[in-house]
Amino acid sequence: MDIYRAHVLVCGGTGCSSSGSAMLIDRFNEKIAENGLDREVKVIRTGCFGLCEAGPVVIVYPDGTFYSRVKVENVDEIVTEHLLKGRKVEHLVYTDHATHEQNANKALEDINFYKHQHRIALRNCGVIDPENIDEYLAMDGYRALEKALTKMTREEVIDEILKSGLRGRGGGGFPTGLKWKFTYNSQADQKYVACNADEGDPGAFMDRSILEGDPHAIIEAMAIAGYAIGASEGYIYVRAEYPIAVKRLNIAIAQAREYGLLGKNIFETGFDFDLFVRLGAGAFVCGEETALMHSIEGGRGEPTTRPPFPAVKGLFGKPTMLNNVETYANVAQIILHGAEWYASMGTEKSKGTKVFALGGKINNTGLVEVPMGTTLRTIIYEVGGGCPNGKKFKAVQTGGPSGGCLPESLLDTPVDYDNLIQAGSMMGSGGMIVMDEDNCMVDIARFYLDFIVDESCGKCTPCRVGTKRMLEILNRIVKGQGKEGDIEKLEELAQTIKSTALCGLGQTAPNPVLSTLHFFRDEYEAHIREKRCPAHHCQALLQYFITDKCRGCTACARVCPAGAITGEVKKQHKIDPEKCLKCGACMEKCRFGAIIKT
Amino acid sequence: MEGSKEKFEQLRALIESHKDQPGALMPVLQGAQGIFGCVSEDVQKFIADGLGVTLSEVYGVATFYSQFSLHPKGEYLISVCLGTACYVKGSQSILDKLSEVLHIPVGGTTPDGRFTLEATRCLGACGLAPVMMINGEVYGRLTPDQVPGIIAKYQPASEAQA
Repeated sequence: MDIYRAHVLVCGGTGCSSSGSAMLIDRFNEKIAENGLDREVKVIRTGCFGLCEAGPVVIVYPDGTFYSRVKVENVDEIVTEHLLKGRKVEHLVYTDHATHEQNANKALEDINFYKHQHRIALRNCGVIDPENIDEYLAMDGYRALEKALTKMTREEVIDEILKSGLRGRGGGGFPTGLKWKFTYNSQADQKYVACNADEGDPGAFMDRSILEGDPHAIIEAMAIAGYAIGASEGYIYVRAEYPIAVKRLNIAIAQAREYGLLGKNIFETGFDFDLFVRLGAGAFVCGEETALMHSIEGGRGEPTTRPPFPAVKGLFGKPTMLNNVETYANVAQIILHGAEWYASMGTEKSKGTKVFALGGKINNTGLVEVPMGTTLRTIIYEVGGGCPNGKKFKAVQTGGPSGGCLPESLLDTPVDYDNLIQAGSMMGSGGMIVMDEDNCMVDIARFYLDFIVDESCGKCTPCRVGTKRMLEILNRIVKGQGKEGDIEKLEELAQTIKSTALCGLGQTAPNPVLSTLHFFRDEYEAHIREKRCPAHHCQALLQYFITDKCRGCTACARVCPAGAITGEVKKQHKIDPEKCLKCGACMEKCRFGAIIKT
Repeated sequence: MEGSKEKFEQLRALIESHKDQPGALMPVLQGAQGIFGCVSEDVQKFIADGLGVTLSEVYGVATFYSQFSLHPKGEYLISVCLGTACYVKGSQSILDKLSEVLHIPVGGTTPDGRFTLEATRCLGACGLAPVMMINGEVYGRLTPDQVPGIIAKYQPASEAQA
C-alpha cells in the first residue's frame, strides 16, 4: 500500500455533487500532479460529511482543516499554499454561521455542528471512499459478519440485536430484534431479507447518504440478518431518484462478491447469501412494507392488509424480514461492540442514536446523528445554529407527511419515539424541517395534504376520498374562502381517516392537519374569520401598500403586470387593491423598501 | 418512426435478459422508458407479449408509478423540487416563475418539444434548497429572478438573442 503524507477528502454526497464537487476532484488531481505532489498527496471522494449547508466541503488531513463552499478557482490556492507550503488558506476555512466564528485551528469535532454528534450509523460517511471495499475493510468492515458467522449461533445474533434495544429507524419504531425473531421462527424452504431504501419522506435524506457514503455497511448487515433468520437472498429496494446511491451500491455488491463476502460458502462456513437491487419508480406508498414487496414482485405498489405479516408471508409468498437502511447501518456495530454498549446510549425505551435531516429555515442544513434523548432545542439551536437572518422560530416539523409540527413550547422535549408521539408528532424517518415566522402553518398543512392526495394509491376509500375532501377545505381556507365549521369538519374527517384507512400512509395522513390545528389553531381562525394570514404568506389574503418612503421613481408602476399602480413622478404612488394581483413584483422591484404587505 | 426498429430490438434483448427473473415487469418498464423516453401503447403491448402477461397488467403498473410516462417528454426535463425543505424556502415561486417564462402549466411541454416542466418530490439536496434539476444538472439556492437566465442557456443561440 502506498503511503501519502496528506489526504484531501472531497465530499461526493448529493448536496456537494450538486454544487460541483466532481469538478473540484478533477482540478485537485490536475493541480497536484502539476506540482509534482501526486506521490505525496491523495485525493479521495467520500460520502456525505453532513454539513450540506457548507458544501462543497473539502477536508485536508492530517491536520483536519475544514474548507467550505470551495470553488474550482480556489483549488490552485489550496494546492500551492496548503499542500505545497503548509500554510492554511484562512479565507476558505469554514465559518460558523451562527457564531460567525472562523478558526482554522479548530478540530472538526469541536465545531458546534459536530460537537454534540455521535456517529454510529454515519460512522464512515465522509471518512472513506465508498467505492473502495479496502477502505471499508480497514474500518473493521465485515468483521462483524465474520464474528457472527464463525463465533455466534443464529440465536445469539438475534438475541444480541434484541438486547441492544434497536428499533426500526424507518419510522414505526418496532423492535428490530423481534422482527428478526419472528422471521427466524417461520418455517419455509426459502426466506428473504429486504432493505427499504425507498426514502420518500420529503426532507429526509439519511438513507441516501448512508448508501452513498457507506454502502458496504448495509451489505454486511443484510448478510448478518440473512444468517440470523435463515435467508440466502436479499433485495434492496432503492428510489430511482437516487442515481449515485444505486451506482455505489452496485459497485459495492460487485466488490463484495469478488472478495467472497457475498455468494457461496462465505467465510467457509457453508453460509450462502447474495443481494439484488431493485429500483422504485416514484411512488411514496412503496415505503409501506407490503406495498414495497408488491413492487419488487413487479406489480402495482399497493398495500395489503396485515396479517399475514411479512414475517410469515412476504416477498413471493415467503417469510421476509424488511428493515430500513439506517436500521441496518447500526447492526454491524452492535455485533462488534455488543448490545450493552449500544443500549448504554439513548433513553429508556429508545436506545442508541438517531440520524436527523435538518432542513428548512435553519443555519446548518445537513445530516446530524445524536444520541436518542437529545432535546429538540439542542438539535435546532446548538447543532443547527438556529434560524437564519434573525427570524423568529415558529415550529419544527418531524416525521414527514405522517408527523406533525411542534411549537417553541415543546423544544425541551428529549427526542425519542415515545416522546414525539406524546407531543403530537412522530419520529418518522428523521426529517426535521424548521419553520420561521414567515411560514404559514395552514399552508404547511395544505402542502402535506397535497402530497398525500398525490401519493395515495387509491385502494381504500378513506385515504382516496377523505384526504381529497380535507385538501379542498384547506385550499378554500388559504384562499380566504374558509367558512365557520370548516375546522370541525377537518377534525371529523381526520379522525375517520385515522381509524379506517388500510395502511400506515392513510392512517397517519391527517397528522399534519391535526397537529397544526392543535398548536396553531389561531392561524386557522385568522384565515377563516378575519381573512388574514398572520405569517403574510397566503397570497390571496395579502394587501400591498406603498408607504411614504416612496420616492416616486415609477419602477413599481412599470413592473406591475395589472397596471394597478398609479402616481406622478417623484410623488408617492398608490396601489389600487381592486386591480392588484398580489404578485409581489412591485415589492421585489422597490429599492427604497417603501412597499409593505399585511 | 425512424430508428424505432432498432429500439424495439433493444427492448427485445432487454425482455430476454429479464424474462426468467421474478418481478421482471418493473425493470423491463424502466429499461423501456430509458430506450424510448416513454412507454407508449405500442411499447406496452410489446412488453406484454414478450413477458407473457396481459396488457392490462402492464398498463396498470405503468400508470401507477410517476416515473413512467405514456407520452414523450421534452428534450429538457425541468424538475422543480417541492419537497418540504424546498417548499418552506420558496420553491413554489420558482415553479410559478418557470411556468410564466415558458408559458406552460406544470406537467406541460412547450410546443417546440424543448422543455417539460415538472414538480417533483424531494431530490435529497435539501442543503441547497430551493432546488431544480434540468436533465440531471442541479441548480440550487435559487431565486425567481435567476430563472430566465438559466432557461436562456438551454435555448438555441439565435432565439436566446432574440
